[in-house]
Amino acid sequence: MTRAVSVGEREVREALSAVTDPEIPVITIADLGILRDVEVRDGHVTVTITPTYSGCPAMEEIGADVRSALAALGWTDVTVRTVLSPAWTTDWMSEDGRQALREYGIAPPGRRPAGPVPVRLGLSRPAAPVLDCPHCGSSATEELTRFGSTSCTSLWRCRSCREPFAHFKQH
Amino acid sequence: MSAPAAVETAVQPDADTAAYVLRLGDDALVLGQRLCEWAARSPQLEEDVALLNLALDLLGQARSLLSRAGQLAGPVDGPDGPRVRDEDDLAFLRHEREFTNALLVEVENGDFGQTMARQLLVSAWQLPLWSALCASTDEVLAAVAGKAVKEVDYHLDHARTWVVRLGDGTPESHRRMQAGLEEVWPYAGELFEPDALTGRLVARGVAADPAALEPQWRATVEQVLAEAGLQVPQTTWRPTGGRSGRHLTSFGYLLAELQHLHRAHPGATW
Repeated sequence: MTRAVSVGEREVREALSAVTDPEIPVITIADLGILRDVEVRDGHVTVTITPTYSGCPAMEEIGADVRSALAALGWTDVTVRTVLSPAWTTDWMSEDGRQALREYGIAPPGRRPAGPVPVRLGLSRPAAPVLDCPHCGSSATEELTRFGSTSCTSLWRCRSCREPFAHFKQH
Repeated sequence: MSAPAAVETAVQPDADTAAYVLRLGDDALVLGQRLCEWAARSPQLEEDVALLNLALDLLGQARSLLSRAGQLAGPVDGPDGPRVRDEDDLAFLRHEREFTNALLVEVENGDFGQTMARQLLVSAWQLPLWSALCASTDEVLAAVAGKAVKEVDYHLDHARTWVVRLGDGTPESHRRMQAGLEEVWPYAGELFEPDALTGRLVARGVAADPAALEPQWRATVEQVLAEAGLQVPQTTWRPTGGRSGRHLTSFGYLLAELQHLHRAHPGATW
């Protein structure tokens, strides 16, 4: 069932396009792929979001940012729903989002192969991705640690320009 | 559907599923709390960040699971009449005997090698567990599983990397890695014990059969230990009791640290 996009919904989506991830403020929640649905019915707005990782500490702040962005336009009857399923994946990140990360100095995630990906049980560690340095473009880069300043990122360094950089992990 | 929130929170009470989900939530909460004890004390800054990332994943899983467990349990009597317990009620206001986590997750950190041995044994169990629970007939449990399986995959990889590095390192790191492994190993047996609750829930398609997870767990762990040059412990001592609320002496201290702020200042927020 397809539903027509109402004027109200367009306005709400427009307002939400200014809401960014509090920890990586150059990417919007829409471009990050965590804004899952917007519904406007009889003046009531339901915004559905999903966390990146289970423990993402930004969810409450994102919910508050959604409310305040909508309140600024007079939408005050707002429900923010958090859903876990289907589980978020970096494949939902838009091209604009990837470009914004790159310009901010964060190497964006690669794409998973098409089709269903079997869950890996065992220890066949996947080959580390080859990343281009977001500062100088060199592919002579290496992972320093799998865990970075947020759940979504790992820490890398470039052997050409010697600069460290964050990588938004494929997930 | 003018009040979708009210409609969605109406959950049919289900005592069995509530008890099972609470076990998994307690596992995640308690292991996350143990890992937090490493904050600012890890061997290196990157490891501090890594361990707290693991703990954060576990805390996130625990929040979803405890919330669900409270809803499935339905209203319980309290000082202000019956109410549905939320995640904070369950984390901060239960007593020691009401926690149903497995003993393995509460074993003390010991040295870094012991912490990594514990992480290996837990993550190698949680990976096939969450993988199986992706098909649970409880849709919330399946949704949590869908996220947790990807996170635990990282945890296992992290533990494997350290166990191999320390086991296959210097004579001193090898000795301590083996000692840490011997310390935590006996507690793993409890993870695979079926009981009446899991029996009923496996039949309903809600739970994973605990015993069925052991071959996968053993294959993973033995592969890592072989790579690390470590011996599979030969002990036959197999303590149990966590699932029925009987815990190690150290567990009370863990709970005291976890709960004291909330108990001293009810409803405190920050």
